[in-house]
Amino acid sequence: MDSQTPKKATGTVKRHRLSTRLWHWLNAALLYTLFTSGLGIFNAHPRLYWGQYGANFDAAWLELDRFPGWLTLPALYNLAMSRHWHLTAAPIFAFALLFYMLWSLANRHIVRDLAFRRDDLAPRHIWQDIKDHARLRFPTGDAALRYNVLQKASYIGVIFILLPLIILTGLTMAPGMNAAWPWLVDLFGGRQSARSLHFIAAFALVAFFLVHILMVLLAGPVNEVRSMITGRYLVPEERP
Amino acid sequence: MILTRRHLLLGATATLAGCDRLGRNEAVREALFSAENFHRWAQRSLMARDALAQEFRPDQISPIFRANGTANPNTPAYKALWRSGFADWRLPVTGLVARPLSLSLAQLQAMPHRTQITRHDCVEGWSAIGKWRGVPLKSILEAAGLSDRARYLVFRCADDMGGGRSYYESIDRLDAFHPQTILAYALNDRPLTVANGAPLRLRVERQLGYKQAKYLMGIEAVATLDGIGKGKGGFWEDYAGYDWYAGI
Repeated sequence: MDSQTPKKATGTVKRHRLSTRLWHWLNAALLYTLFTSGLGIFNAHPRLYWGQYGANFDAAWLELDRFPGWLTLPALYNLAMSRHWHLTAAPIFAFALLFYMLWSLANRHIVRDLAFRRDDLAPRHIWQDIKDHARLRFPTGDAALRYNVLQKASYIGVIFILLPLIILTGLTMAPGMNAAWPWLVDLFGGRQSARSLHFIAAFALVAFFLVHILMVLLAGPVNEVRSMITGRYLVPEERP
Repeated sequence: MILTRRHLLLGATATLAGCDRLGRNEAVREALFSAENFHRWAQRSLMARDALAQEFRPDQISPIFRANGTANPNTPAYKALWRSGFADWRLPVTGLVARPLSLSLAQLQAMPHRTQITRHDCVEGWSAIGKWRGVPLKSILEAAGLSDRARYLVFRCADDMGGGRSYYESIDRLDAFHPQTILAYALNDRPLTVANGAPLRLRVERQLGYKQAKYLMGIEAVATLDGIGKGKGGFWEDYAGYDWYAGI
């Protein structure tokens, strides 16, 4: 979002920065690859444990059937290829997040658009926002050019909690990284705990994705998608 | 536009089919297979040369240490060795060494040993913690006088993987001289069972399970992996496309 918008926003405005748009579509491709290849890897041992160790004789907290071929990359079970896809996409994804965070600090995207303002956090304001969401009353005019408090909370949660969590738990599963950074295993309480958290974080991202898509569809998919491609956004007219 | 579940399913399948097709493209395959080099470089840049894999307390040992891969080589030669309690088994250390060795199990057990409680991480995702005892590979390589030209150590195994191809694995000098890299003859204070690789298996603790070659029948020091198997440095590397560097 650009803050240099006129007082009364009408017509089309420049909405999303280039950094945000690039990162958004790169992420779409990478997260898709990571999720589907990740399910392929999970299929090699579809059981999850808590703690340092966990194998067939140990108690699993979750035991699933293999995910079907239409959800996995590659479609036919091939652990080596799933790993190649996953381990190629993962470092690109991790460094892109790091770069995006630094870029967004530098161009003040985080401070200006993502950080909560004092009045965002007033209980009355949060309650109003929840009611608006529940009634699918999407903001218009100037308000449509700012993230509302629920949006901010979900973007902050994804960018600063969920994505770092999924990267760090992924690294924790690497035996080489355990030797390099043993504190990672301690942080998550063991390699098998990290594997479980990695899986939970992946499905939390899927939940975010589904809500995200739903919101785009409800708020006007053409306008929203265009604003993420070209940056131009048609400001919804104020309600009379 | 109404998106139905059917559309989404078709879309997902089509995109994945596209990825599958990409995965068969030679240039894409090469890019995907070279990620290993990045991970090896990154991990080795981040860790000290002799950084240790985590070691655990005795109460953290897995109640049952899962055995995986070959459960019993079952070849006539291996069965004969097993029947004699591996008294006739020898470990030749050959290739680029000044003094080729041929070590018996008794000789290995008489050498200074290291005991370590470490976590075994299978490429499939599971982990098991066990207590290993064995001879540091470093002391064997020093006894044999490893040549400076040797870059890799190749481990030949007794298990026949079909078509007369034996399991094999390889590591480079850096891991070969690591203090936790041992030739283990005991697991959890008992001699190795057949399922876990009797009489001797490799432990290279900063890498995944398929590097931990079981049923060792020989060690060869080489300058290059070319000409060994299909040249990728290990059985699964050759036939399943696994990464040679298994630190991730």
